Amino acid sequence: MPMDQTNPFPTTSPYAREFRAGLRDIAPVAVAAVPIGLLFGAVAAAKGLSALEVALMSAFVYGGGAQFAAIEAWAHPAPIAALAFATLLINARHVLMGASLGPKMHLEGIQRFMAFFFLTDEAWALSERRALERPVTGAYWAAMALVLWGNWTLSTTLGAVLGSFMGDPARIGADFAFTALFIGLIAGFGRSRVTLVTVGTSAAVAALVHHFIGAPWHVASGALAGIAAAYLAASEEPRS
Amino acid sequence: MSLDMTTLLAIVAMAVVTYITRIGGLFVADRLVLTGRAKAAFDAIPPAVLVSVIAPTALTTGWAEAIAAAVTAVVAFRLPLLATIAIGVVSVVVLRNLI
Repeated sequence: MPMDQTNPFPTTSPYAREFRAGLRDIAPVAVAAVPIGLLFGAVAAAKGLSALEVALMSAFVYGGGAQFAAIEAWAHPAPIAALAFATLLINARHVLMGASLGPKMHLEGIQRFMAFFFLTDEAWALSERRALERPVTGAYWAAMALVLWGNWTLSTTLGAVLGSFMGDPARIGADFAFTALFIGLIAGFGRSRVTLVTVGTSAAVAALVHHFIGAPWHVASGALAGIAAAYLAASEEPRS
Repeated sequence: MSLDMTTLLAIVAMAVVTYITRIGGLFVADRLVLTGRAKAAFDAIPPAVLVSVIAPTALTTGWAEAIAAAVTAVVAFRLPLLATIAIGVVSVVVLRNLI
């Protein structure tokens, strides 16, 4: 990684302290993301994407969930409208995250629009936690953003390069790694009644649509069915 | 290293959509307060999408994948993400050899 070895800030400067705090907070997240990035690259390569295409997707989309979903539903030629719609559904949560974090960040004008390119679940969660105690500075955000973005782009590209030498991912069960990863992520949303209704409805509708209509429409139809189910299921619950 | 034009367009479309969602919150800050059923529907979006993506693989590919998915779901509530993935992958390899 082309990192400048000289410290751009005097050690006493608050920028340096904020930057180091960002590095410290994001380090474990970045380490955990490496094998997932390698895996993404390898499976994307098996779906026919070149290492360059993987690098561009990671650098510009920079969203694990959307990229995983896109690769799982990938076809040749790429179904652009369906992929864009699935991406919108997966990333719609960013709007709520940005609305919450935006006012807590010490950034002005164009800086905010540059900084929020790097909005991720992880950077958001760490910043919200930090915002409970102190303002979130540009230096803190920049440290997290650059490390996580560089880490993701490099690890996925490396995965694509290595994956093209690996051959058929089904041979070692790597094709199932996404399914397992997604199940793990879904479990993170808990086991509340509304969540279980959502998951059950989406799974059934997506499987049926995939069987009778085909990819990639199972993603949008299953998602919309689950969202509708959550809306209806929640109405029966007392307000908390 | 190849760069397919349709693939490039798909990546650009995904990138533009994603960036709009990232900065969208800056325009609606303090005005977007969801409650009740609307909040439940919004909160349901990520799990609904994730399940929809994997449902065909998990449910309709074969018994090995379906059973491995069930095993993975059970451990997912107890173990960290990487351990969950490892157990899922090992399960499907073992089951494909048994079934």
